[in-house]
Amino acid sequence: MIEIKLTDAPLNPSDATAFVSGSLSGGTVVFIGTVRDQTQGKAVVRLEFEAYEPMAILEMEKIAMTCKELFSIHKVCIHHRTGILDIGEIPVVIAVSSAHRQAAFDACQYAIDTLKKEVPIWKKEVFEDGEVWVAAHP
Amino acid sequence: MITVKIVTFGIVRDMLGGQSALTESLPSDTRLEDLSALLNDRYPALRRLDALRYAVNARYAGKDVTLQHNDEIALIPPVSGG
Repeated sequence: MIEIKLTDAPLNPSDATAFVSGSLSGGTVVFIGTVRDQTQGKAVVRLEFEAYEPMAILEMEKIAMTCKELFSIHKVCIHHRTGILDIGEIPVVIAVSSAHRQAAFDACQYAIDTLKKEVPIWKKEVFEDGEVWVAAHP
Repeated sequence: MITVKIVTFGIVRDMLGGQSALTESLPSDTRLEDLSALLNDRYPALRRLDALRYAVNARYAGKDVTLQHNDEIALIPPVSGG
């Protein structure tokens, strides 16, 4: 069972943990991304996320289904934000449940690592004196 | 001739002067690498990107794929979600 969500509304981690919880599960691993107030010592004002939405959803579904194939897990949930996020807000929540903890840790790590490499979502860091597309600037 | 839609995001949209979508008419045997060369010539800033990937109809595509009428081609600069 998987759940994927891409939304411009605030994320609530308990929505993700509620989805993956169940009596079959011995544990849940959750990754919660948060917006930091600085990058490389420079103060960040806010982040702006945009997505190629239909493809981002397909790629997140692919990650979730691969998690199910590779690891002995029960459920996986991936929620990602778009739009303007202030310091401390949550851009991403990934929750994975499994009978035994190692599979959930491994699947959650695989999911966030792969999301950061493959899912067409971009963030712009906005500073007091300018802005930069993360990872993309030549 | 075929017509395709090109969509852009992030730094690529900035490099194309803010255009988030454009329509292009192409010969019917055009491959993705031909379109890539055409866009690189028209928008030389694209060549400065380390790793520009392409998607056809919302799936990553290799440069040898032949484009079809009404395809949606996305220019995917390095991603930074999460």
